[in-house]
Amino acid sequence: FSEVSDVLLSGGAPMRRGPYISMITNRTMNLLIRAAMLFMVGVFLALVLNLLQVQRNVTLFPPDVISSIFSSAWWVPPCCGTAAAFIGLLYPCMDRRLGEPHKLKREWSNVMRCVAVFVGINHASAKVDFANNVQLSLTLAALSVGLWWTFDRSRSGFGLGVIIATLATLATQLLVYNGVFRYTSPDFLYIRSWLPCIFFAGVITVGNIGRQLALYEYKVSQEKTHQD
Amino acid sequence: MMVRERLRQNISAAFYRHGLLCASYPVPIILFTSASILTCCYPLLKLPLPGTGPVEFTTGVRDYSIPSHESQGDLSERPDWYRGPPVAYIQQVLVKAAVSPWDNSLVPVDVFRSPLGRVFSVLEEIRNHVYTDRSLEALCLQVTDLLPGLRRMQAVLPEHGCLLVSPGNYWQNRRDLFDADPDLLKTVHQHEPKGLHTSATLKDLLFGVPGKQTGVSLYNKKRVVTYTITIALSSYDARFVASLRARLKLLHPSANCTLREDHMVHVHFKEEIGIAELIPLVTTYIILFAYIYFSTRKIDMVKSKWGLALAAVVTVLSSLLMSVGLCTLFGLTPTLNGGEIFPYLVVVIGLENVLVLTKSVVSTPVDLEVKLRIAQGLSNESWSIMKNMATELCIILIGYFTFVPAIQEFCLFAVVGLVSDFFLQMFFFTTVLSIDIRRMELADLNRRLPAEAGMPPPKPCPLRPRETPPPPRPSPHTITLQAPAFRNLRLPKRLRVVYFLARTRLAQRIIMVGTVIWIGILVYTDPAGLRTLLAAQVSEQSPLGEAGLPPHLGVAPVFPGGHPNSTLSVLPAPEPTPLPENQSQGHRAARPEVVPVSSPQITWGPEDEELWRRLSFRHWPSLFSYYNITLAKRYISILPVIPVTLHLSPQEAIDTRHPQDTHHAPPPIPIPGGGWTGISRETCFAGAHAHLVAALGLFAGVVLVLLLFCLYRVLCPRNYGQNGVPHGRRRRGDMPCDEYGYSPPISEISPLLLRGHSMDIECLASDGMLLASCCLAGQIRVWDAQTGDCLTVIPNNGLRRSSSSGCVCETESLLGADFREPGGAVGGPDVDIFPIRRRTTPARPALFGDQPDLTPLIDTNFGSLPPSQTLSSSGFDFGELVEKAYQEHEPSPTLAFPPSPPASQQRRRSLGDQPVLPPELPPQNNGDWDSSVWAMELRGNLIATGRSSGKLELWDAVEGSLRCSNEDGVSGITALAFLNNRIVAARLNGSLDFFTVEITKPLGLLQYRGRGSLPPSPCYSSEDVISCQLTRSVQCAHQKPITVLKAAAGRVVTGSQDHTVRVYRLEDSCCLFTLQGHSGGITAIYIDQTMVLASGGQDGAICVWDVLTGSRVSHVYGHRGDVTSLVCTTSCIISSGLDDLICIWDRSTGIKLYSIQQEVGCGASLGVISESLLVTGGQGCVSFWDLNYGDLLQTVYLGQSSEGQSVRQLLVLDNAAIVCDFGNELSLVYVPSVLEKLD
Repeated sequence: FSEVSDVLLSGGAPMRRGPYISMITNRTMNLLIRAAMLFMVGVFLALVLNLLQVQRNVTLFPPDVISSIFSSAWWVPPCCGTAAAFIGLLYPCMDRRLGEPHKLKREWSNVMRCVAVFVGINHASAKVDFANNVQLSLTLAALSVGLWWTFDRSRSGFGLGVIIATLATLATQLLVYNGVFRYTSPDFLYIRSWLPCIFFAGVITVGNIGRQLALYEYKVSQEKTHQD
Repeated sequence: MMVRERLRQNISAAFYRHGLLCASYPVPIILFTSASILTCCYPLLKLPLPGTGPVEFTTGVRDYSIPSHESQGDLSERPDWYRGPPVAYIQQVLVKAAVSPWDNSLVPVDVFRSPLGRVFSVLEEIRNHVYTDRSLEALCLQVTDLLPGLRRMQAVLPEHGCLLVSPGNYWQNRRDLFDADPDLLKTVHQHEPKGLHTSATLKDLLFGVPGKQTGVSLYNKKRVVTYTITIALSSYDARFVASLRARLKLLHPSANCTLREDHMVHVHFKEEIGIAELIPLVTTYIILFAYIYFSTRKIDMVKSKWGLALAAVVTVLSSLLMSVGLCTLFGLTPTLNGGEIFPYLVVVIGLENVLVLTKSVVSTPVDLEVKLRIAQGLSNESWSIMKNMATELCIILIGYFTFVPAIQEFCLFAVVGLVSDFFLQMFFFTTVLSIDIRRMELADLNRRLPAEAGMPPPKPCPLRPRETPPPPRPSPHTITLQAPAFRNLRLPKRLRVVYFLARTRLAQRIIMVGTVIWIGILVYTDPAGLRTLLAAQVSEQSPLGEAGLPPHLGVAPVFPGGHPNSTLSVLPAPEPTPLPENQSQGHRAARPEVVPVSSPQITWGPEDEELWRRLSFRHWPSLFSYYNITLAKRYISILPVIPVTLHLSPQEAIDTRHPQDTHHAPPPIPIPGGGWTGISRETCFAGAHAHLVAALGLFAGVVLVLLLFCLYRVLCPRNYGQNGVPHGRRRRGDMPCDEYGYSPPISEISPLLLRGHSMDIECLASDGMLLASCCLAGQIRVWDAQTGDCLTVIPNNGLRRSSSSGCVCETESLLGADFREPGGAVGGPDVDIFPIRRRTTPARPALFGDQPDLTPLIDTNFGSLPPSQTLSSSGFDFGELVEKAYQEHEPSPTLAFPPSPPASQQRRRSLGDQPVLPPELPPQNNGDWDSSVWAMELRGNLIATGRSSGKLELWDAVEGSLRCSNEDGVSGITALAFLNNRIVAARLNGSLDFFTVEITKPLGLLQYRGRGSLPPSPCYSSEDVISCQLTRSVQCAHQKPITVLKAAAGRVVTGSQDHTVRVYRLEDSCCLFTLQGHSGGITAIYIDQTMVLASGGQDGAICVWDVLTGSRVSHVYGHRGDVTSLVCTTSCIISSGLDDLICIWDRSTGIKLYSIQQEVGCGASLGVISESLLVTGGQGCVSFWDLNYGDLLQTVYLGQSSEGQSVRQLLVLDNAAIVCDFGNELSLVYVPSVLEKLD
């Protein structure tokens, strides 16, 4: 069975409503739109990355491959989408709460770069042949931390990433233990040892997207308060 | 640290020199760069083109042995894939059959019916062939299952047993089914896919030859049917194959056949790129393009944005090509899939450096020479570029030491790519940038000259050379919303979609991409497939076969051994006697008159040797894929073909006819006249299908062009491309239309005119709800900031009716009214005459109008001024920065003015209340009314006014009554700050007074004293007793007059002529810092709640300070002349100067983002409405700018009468309204678009 990135984050922690959701209806709308966009991003990434993982065991049969995208498990993409929405909303919320100023430039090009690196990490985990699992995991861990350093560099981001990655890994362990799915060659209890790194990179990436999306809302609300 | 600094300096200097070099010799450097790119890319020619085509390797049959698994170094010609046994050995039996001699009595169906029928006997022969107890069954490739999902193939492809395909599979290898089939062609074609197909079709698979060569067609002119029987062998037994070959040759000799039989071809198939592989790849490419898009979008302020974006992309791409080329040159052949790692390489190399370079160069001072600009821009960014590059190299080095081959290879590529990218940035991109900047300068120059020439002559002061004519105004009170404003405005959804389409040219691009893909498919498709398609279409059009064919539902038996007919056909006896070719020719030659039509001739040429080459290269992979066997990265061995020639007699053909064949067959003999058009159609198609494709392509092209043209007309209806709007300095009115030529939507904002003042408005104050204004005549008016209604009028002589804190109101309003009228009447013309020299006029109208006897008094006071208070001729600010410009231009009148209102004149009859009397001046009761208001502040409903006499007054804004006054100081109050319950007054003599406003409720229940207990905007009821006490007076706060006073966040900041800025704490009036750094008097200060402090001085410098530590954060020189106004947002600093230039700076880096040229005299009026909306005043109008992009959004004209009046003050209220004064009128402008700003 294939690796499933970002699964089950929603399973571990229920979708928490931000405290500012009830303030202004317009904000609710904004939040919903953001959540929907993040959900779609999550679903898309899950499908593509899942495919990357599936690919290694698949021979070339064009009519069959399309179905194999969807056949693996129907619940994976929605879970990833929900998780992405949750994380993407949580990050700006955290920023606002902690008041930690974001030093790096907030630009879409940076976000795109971040997404590309994330896909690259997934690509590497799926395609590059490593000598052993430890090496693979260490490389991916270094790449993930590099991703954080390049595109996030905030302590709250790091902390949140680590926490969510741990939770997600735990949840995956539980799932595999209960036999929902399994990995072809587990080397870390029931799962692959590089899974936490992938989770961490995914959290950072989705958080980045969420922050960028929130920037719009922030701008608008700033103007609002200015006018009020 | 020292080393670092020195290194930094060296790098900076090197970059500077390099920039000079690049900008000086652009053409040679570009040529050199192109040459080096081409040189580095040259090794790429040796690389095989990427693709999935199969690779062949030929060995001899005789000494063939299965290649071993381990590689043998000595056999260098052997490809590395040629190891181990192949997936299968393919043995093809090529059958050519013809009915010979051709008889006129035969129908077209006879051409292929009986030859096809013979396939069953040949099949039997092959199946039953045994050589020393080895049968085909033992040797052939046993297949198990067809893939599920291939139901339609189930009927025709063998599902178990030997993989042996032939045309007989159409009829389940059963002769009886074949004989019962009324329409062979329909059976064959029913499995053909409709439409364009790219891979091998079933017909190709079963016939084993390209569809056109089979001859199974009604219009077969040659009347030779060709097909193959394809056998897949799992193991190679040379003797068995040889015996089979001998046996078949013996049975069906091919006389003149000279096919070579000694070569075996091994075909290796590369990994096929399936959809599954493509999806992630496409995703990464989409992300890559999004990245490039978002990056290049940021390039701004250059002549040709797209040109530079293209140059950036070219830089990155060619650096990648160079890296691949260099790696190939040094023997590092890329084993990685180039397409896969390419996006990641681009992301690693990035476009950031290019953008940073552009930004840095663009933000250098515009008036410098191009060379110097480039050099300066380069050297500014040199350190960060080098640092980034070093970091990236480090990361890659770490990656190299992972010792994973794939990652190592990637890292090597990335290193070479980074270095070559750096090279290209430094040489190629910098040079392109210099060319671009030079072009921009030229364009700027060209545009500037006519503007200057067309300057209207009646301008009073032609001081500024860069003046622009006033913009065309469509009508008063309307706003022309300039194009980029749809970022801010809510448009209808439909319009937005159209704009989006037009802006991104989505339709055009999609069509273009679609065309490219289509052409790509056409090219990539094997021509054979296309030909089959066309032939199939022709056959389908033929009038044959309306009788339905019963579908074969049974499973094709591979070995219909139990069939009674099969035993018969085993024997070759019923076959026609094999005639040698020459014999048959002789036979035909013997009776040429009988066969007037061309007799079928079976010939064997070298082209038949490897007929499989003409098949689609996906032929074998698709055949094997049906049985879930992949050929990717594996190979098959194709054995030499076995030729079989079959000659059938006409009689036999007639015997095998199906009854329906003659029924539906067209007349057998072609009538030259025209009934038999089939042949001509076929030949037409055979010869001209290339023409057809060409015509189709042409047609499609024409349609495309037409479609694009229509799109263009629809979406870009206006002067697209005619307004080449340069993005240099943004000027007002530069952009009548944006780059894409949309008609800008027009929305209306009607400014609210507040009239009532008789003279020019001097001071403005607002707290959001109320708006107080004071004119030169001394009249204070209070307006409702929402509706614009005038609430209260406090006339100049209002002092008489209300006394100080005791509130002794002497009702002299009637007298006051009389008093005022003539003054205003006189003042009016005065203003018109001297619109600019406002400073000279303030007190005089009143003087002339009513009290001429006061002039000598003023004169005496002038003379009695202490020398320390005499001001330098450079002038100073009287609390409103707008005046700065005028003072600077006309220094002499300002000299005369300040002494005119002496403090002593303010003494009145209510003087007894004041505890402290200035002893040196005697009271003069009759002169108090003419002290003018120099500063005014409004909080809650209290107006604090600072008079030129040094008196501080607190008025009730609603009732218009004086609540209290304080006459502790004698020097004129130049600036006031009113924060919470404290008032800070800066005086002309450089002292700073702190007052506390105390409100005592009359009932004595509540008493607000502490600063914390008072709300920020307290509302005082009229019954409250308000007292104002001087708590502390800092006598020598500054050596020279205080020009600016600002208070926020518990701090009071003063700026003075003595070049220093001082920061006081509000609560205890303690001086915290004295900030030194300016080399001129301070003219502007900005401080806000977030403790951001910026100051601007007469030296044109802007300093940003840290209020907490008192250290200077940044220091930039921005203006030629005084800085007149400063505003900060969270990301940038906006400054305006006497040079009428508004500069926008990046707050963190201090880089100038861009500048806006203002009209003369309006430089100081600016305000920030929101993070991204800037408003500036102009000649009778206010303009809105997008701060992020520097685009002009709107211009609002304030009124018809305001032609010549320029907006000198501008106040942004909290509710997004703007108050500005022009002349004696106020204008209240609401900005509705801000409210609706979204996403």
